[in-house]
Amino acid sequence: MLDDFMVRAALAGIGVSFAAAPLGCFVVWRRMAYFGDATAHAAILGVALSLAFSMSIFVGTMTVALLMALVVNMLSGRGYAMDTLLGVLAHSALAFGLVAVSFISGVRIDLMAYLFGDILAVSRADLLVIWAGAALVVALVGWRWPDLLTSTLNEDLAYASGINPKREQLVLTIALAITVAAAIKVVGVLLIAAMLIIPAAAARPLSRTPEGMAVAAGLIGMLSVIIGLRAAYVLDTPAGPSIVCIAAITFLATSILRGFRHKP
Amino acid sequence: MSLIQIEGLSVRYGARTVLSDVSLRVEPGEIVTIVGPNGSGKTSLLRVIIGAVKPVKGRVMHGNGVKIGYVPQRLQIDATLPITVSRFLKLPGGVATADINQSLTQAGVPDLAKAQLSKLSGGQLQRVLLARALIGKPDLLLLDEATQGLDQRGSASFYQQIETVRQNTGCAVLMISHELHVVMSASDRVICLNGHICCEGTPVVVASAPEYRALFGSGTGGALALYRHEHNHDHDHTKAAE
Repeated sequence: MLDDFMVRAALAGIGVSFAAAPLGCFVVWRRMAYFGDATAHAAILGVALSLAFSMSIFVGTMTVALLMALVVNMLSGRGYAMDTLLGVLAHSALAFGLVAVSFISGVRIDLMAYLFGDILAVSRADLLVIWAGAALVVALVGWRWPDLLTSTLNEDLAYASGINPKREQLVLTIALAITVAAAIKVVGVLLIAAMLIIPAAAARPLSRTPEGMAVAAGLIGMLSVIIGLRAAYVLDTPAGPSIVCIAAITFLATSILRGFRHKP
Repeated sequence: MSLIQIEGLSVRYGARTVLSDVSLRVEPGEIVTIVGPNGSGKTSLLRVIIGAVKPVKGRVMHGNGVKIGYVPQRLQIDATLPITVSRFLKLPGGVATADINQSLTQAGVPDLAKAQLSKLSGGQLQRVLLARALIGKPDLLLLDEATQGLDQRGSASFYQQIETVRQNTGCAVLMISHELHVVMSASDRVICLNGHICCEGTPVVVASAPEYRALFGSGTGGALALYRHEHNHDHDHTKAAE
């Protein structure tokens, strides 16, 4: 079964959706969309470094994504508006990454594969990395869930309950870096944030509890992967972007549904 | 034995000293109100007590087995986060549904358990936060400007609720308030804070202290007298409205 590249592609996409669902909910709730972008864009720099030092792409991108996320964490609240700071970091990381890749001589790399993903070229080894990464993220976020939720609602309430919100922020940062590294092959650095945010946002009108929203986001992500891949096959369109398009259409649909029901 | 005892507390954010050498204690069952201008370190003081801020000097001692309930200034619920009141009260975990219903009743909002948090009015949300603080059966309630954003009647009725809670549970209350008029009469003791403790004592003593007048204007002594009249009026008005 795994010999079929479409099956491998679907499994890779579903693995990423699982990790992205609970994490994406926190990205939406905590208004970290730009934060996700900055972390993902930095990953292209990780690709360049991995190639230069012949490391595994997963380790390289995860390290750079993690460093980026920690830098953003550190710089926040030091005088710049957060969206400006993240805008500067996200796009300069991407630009430096692209420049760095061009310096690597002797290796012909398909830049498009890293920018937009190459889900149809997922190997068995990639599949293993993606599912291991996804399992790690789901386990991490699941383990910290109540504390993460309390910190997201109000930091002082978290302190009063004996929770350190800074530690929980770090947990999310690490989970984000792992997700970026796992998702780069599937949707590429430019669309990773879309896989985080769009299914979660589409799930919002359907949910009454935080847990319900995470599960709904996972299902929507999974459905987007399956339908998106099928559409890409039939219409001969790029696979990664097709998946994101289906997620976006789902978002539109659930938003309209909410409009009809006149309640969120 | 005091519920909490704070000794020689100093707090600094970077180069800015917000609190210096603050000492105070809260005894069982009393209502203590902290008043002071903006930036006087009131919120920092409460945040030190809950452990959100580390002091550079001094210490906070909690009495043996003293439980603290904390009501934050306000809660901004992102509309993208779906959560019911009862789920919110259960966080971070291990609270029985019966305890949740009891604390909601104590806070005066028994019917809100299934409501979505983001749909509550300002007054309802403050009461839900109060319910959350009451769940652990605290010996001391900390309130940080809990009536911010409520209108005069809303805040008067909120403070009445606090008074009722104290009568029913015997817990002490340490609160911050801007609304000198309302809280001065409801407090056993008032602490006037401006980076350090300017003066403290019963409401009447504090209102006539020169330090307090220097901070809140020379007319304030008169205002308290005026306020008493105002308060009676308000009270009657509220009663009539009920």
